[in-house]
Amino acid sequence: MHEKPQFAIIADELTKGFADVRAVDHLSFDVHPGEIFGLVGPDGAGKTTTLRMLAGIMPPDEGTARVADFDVVHDPEKAKRHLSYMPQRFGLYEDLTVDENIRFYADLFGVNRTEREERSTPLLQAAGMREFRRRLAGKLSGGMKQKLGLVCALIHRPKIILLDEPTTGVDPVSRRDFWRILYELVSEGVAILISTAYLDEAERCHRVALLHQGRLLFCDTPHNLKAKLGKSVLSITSSEPRRLRAELENGVGISSLVLTGDGLHVVVDDGASRIPELEARLKNASIPFHTIQQVTPTIEDLFVDAVGSGAPSHA
Amino acid sequence: MRSAVERHPMPEHDNSVVIENLVKRFGDFVAVDRINLEVRKGEVFGFLGPNGAGKSTTIRMLCGLLRPTSGRARVAGYDVGREPESVRQNIGYMSQRFSLYNDLKVIENIRLFAGLYSVPASLLKERIEWALEMANLKGQEHLITATLPGGWKQRLALGCAVLHQPPVIFLDEPTSGVDPISRRQFWDLIHHMAEEGVTVFVTTHYMEEAEYCNRLALISRGAVAALGTPSELKKSMKGDLLLVECEPLGEAVEILQSAPDVIDAAVFGRALHLVVRDATAAIPQVKRYLSDHSITIGLIDKIHPSLEDVFVSLTSEPDSGKEWKA
Repeated sequence: MHEKPQFAIIADELTKGFADVRAVDHLSFDVHPGEIFGLVGPDGAGKTTTLRMLAGIMPPDEGTARVADFDVVHDPEKAKRHLSYMPQRFGLYEDLTVDENIRFYADLFGVNRTEREERSTPLLQAAGMREFRRRLAGKLSGGMKQKLGLVCALIHRPKIILLDEPTTGVDPVSRRDFWRILYELVSEGVAILISTAYLDEAERCHRVALLHQGRLLFCDTPHNLKAKLGKSVLSITSSEPRRLRAELENGVGISSLVLTGDGLHVVVDDGASRIPELEARLKNASIPFHTIQQVTPTIEDLFVDAVGSGAPSHA
Repeated sequence: MRSAVERHPMPEHDNSVVIENLVKRFGDFVAVDRINLEVRKGEVFGFLGPNGAGKSTTIRMLCGLLRPTSGRARVAGYDVGREPESVRQNIGYMSQRFSLYNDLKVIENIRLFAGLYSVPASLLKERIEWALEMANLKGQEHLITATLPGGWKQRLALGCAVLHQPPVIFLDEPTSGVDPISRRQFWDLIHHMAEEGVTVFVTTHYMEEAEYCNRLALISRGAVAALGTPSELKKSMKGDLLLVECEPLGEAVEILQSAPDVIDAAVFGRALHLVVRDATAAIPQVKRYLSDHSITIGLIDKIHPSLEDVFVSLTSEPDSGKEWKA
């Protein structure tokens, strides 16, 4: 069915250790052309190490990876021709303007002037940065810097893009611009591998690999991941969340309780049957609450459920 | 420097942070434009806004680091313009990213901050013990900070920021990048401090953190665009939010952006998020509009807006970036 290669990226049992830590532990996944694939997990989950191995700048201890059908260990130069890697700190020249940075990267990648203009003008427009072309990169806000990094990384129209936490410290409005550009790229068949520590951002990806301490917890679409939880999540709003929590602690059928700013987030075995039960219990104990509502589980709920909500999950 | 722990009695009813008509101008540029806010003692208050909205400028004024152009603000009972030094002695500041010295030992970081905040010698031992206890780092005093897991580091940073027992603390994206379990534990700690009367002022871009705040203020272009509890803000969003599964997505977005009933359309994973005036009226119209343009439609459903949806709808420039097509 496919004319083009079926996989843009294949990671097969990738493993990398540093001193006594196994940063990436037998990690396998694949990314299709036209897909945004998220490597999702907290700091220390192995996201950056994985991206570095795929970018051909760090050899794995074990396992293999293919990018654009080239082995990144044996043929890194060929693989690199098809990919663009945007590390967490992308090398922008702060004392050059936005336009000058773009020109620099265009020259580096052998992109001529016409192509450069055709490419950068709409990208800058999409990034909401058209009026900032003559501003020094060092004077841009954090969000703008990240968007400029993306424009530079895309200037040579790579087929495969590796982005390492590109939206860290970026506000939601800029983040949305950023994602709008990513969606446009995948509609042209580009494959995007993006890492993020923000589990809510994972919901924007087509598929997600949830990582924890170098290991793959789950790999699926956000929709299927949330269905995997197999439990219901209830949101109870109340002016006295702490009293609420004390009352419900160790309750039957409750697997986790999280205090939020204006209530409690409760994971239960079965929402439909527990809601009336909880309502009765709170009324009995005269604890004020506004609403008990079943809400869609988040990827964070799944993560916490999988990793266990006991002691901190660190060695 | 005076002792940081020397406290002035403050009437119980006093709000911990009171901001009245606060203005900051840089030349012609109005960074903060008449902000009014009151944060109660023991409240966990979230301060959200896009980059450049005036958030950092406001925080710098509240921390006594920048003089307001006009208006006033009182923090822990002190005027930030006239008594900046007293303000600085009565606040704690913590940012996940920049607070600690990574190449120092745990205990060295604590001692350093105790010195910086002038914790008196008579209280030093007790406060160090307290911080170690709170951060769950007893017996780990001699570890190099860099080697600590993220969740521990961030509790240590909090411990250091409150060694001098400030009545008001400022947290800047305190749990960014931390695993969800440690994050939940951290916020438990924060709520516990708040219950004991500490006022917590949080700035963040992350809605996961905003959900932990009792109340939120959304800052846009130097002014307060919305104020309320997380659930009030979600209810306040103008219009309804629809999830629309359809193919091809790119084309659908373009078509729907010019549809009469649609306020905003954006791709979200394999589906679209549409902001419409009224879901019941809009659903049949959207269906008709899409099928007229030969777009295959899957599920259409009204969904609850997230804080991020509210944030974007209140702060984004209309039309920015809409026209782009590669």
